Amino acid sequence: MIAVVQFGGSNCDRDAVRALSDLGFEAERVWHEDPLPEETTGIVLPGGFSYGDYLRGGAMAARSPIMKSVREAAAEGVPVLGVCNGAQIGCESGLTPGAFTTNASARFQCEHVYLRVENADTRWTAAYEEGEVIELPIAHGEGRFELDAERYEELEADDRILFRYCDEDGNVTDEANPNGSLGNVAGVLGDSESVAVLMPHPERASLPQLGNTDGRGVLAGFEG
Amino acid sequence: MTTYTATVTVRLKRGVLDPEAETTKRALERLGFELDALRFTERYEVDLDAADADEAETRADEMAERLLANPTIHDYEVAVAEA
Repeated sequence: MIAVVQFGGSNCDRDAVRALSDLGFEAERVWHEDPLPEETTGIVLPGGFSYGDYLRGGAMAARSPIMKSVREAAAEGVPVLGVCNGAQIGCESGLTPGAFTTNASARFQCEHVYLRVENADTRWTAAYEEGEVIELPIAHGEGRFELDAERYEELEADDRILFRYCDEDGNVTDEANPNGSLGNVAGVLGDSESVAVLMPHPERASLPQLGNTDGRGVLAGFEG
Repeated sequence: MTTYTATVTVRLKRGVLDPEAETTKRALERLGFELDALRFTERYEVDLDAADADEAETRADEMAERLLANPTIHDYEVAVAEA
């Protein structure tokens, strides 16, 4: 069962359950004050505005008690996917490197973006080809990826960058970077391949009736 | 025990873009002010009882390390005074 952790202020938890169910997974929302169910085989940290984005996006949720269980599960190899606010929570909790902070525009960006698949050799990207361009929606005010130069080089060397913002033809340019992210980074792996975070929303691009199913491949990563 | 106020100042590391500060700087310039740069800091004032100033500082330092600052993008400093 995939546990979609619902914090106060999460708002993509239902979308995640619905998209995962459509892919044939058993998925349930789990309130952050409840324990993770024993039968948890995967974890989604969904988008939203947990704790009203107080202090920094994801800062409060990252220190909530359930995140201890999430970190323990991740250490045992349970796949964990953080989306948008869930990506901020992943970075704030140390599950994934870097930080997602205020967009360079200082505005909330709500639009469709193109992403280039940088590493197709992970469970989260196996459905794609390396270099493939997919389209996903973003909706965030704090999505600018930041990391010090030394650790960024390590991240690149270790092939832990999953997606970069690009144009329709796959060119990674400043114009195609919606939030000023370092290296146009939109999604990264944690210390192990089982943990990934990304700012764009695969669960909002997974149901055929919504006209775009480019995100299904990311969610399919729970199959392993 | 003495009551102290620990002032925790959190600021972006040099070189990390601050879009809100840039926007504020531009707004000041539109109002006719001349300035070279503008930086935001966040300041937290924490009242706490501790045996001495060192203990108060250690505790406030841990608060900054674990929550108030994000070490990836922030530097912080702690100053303690009797409340």
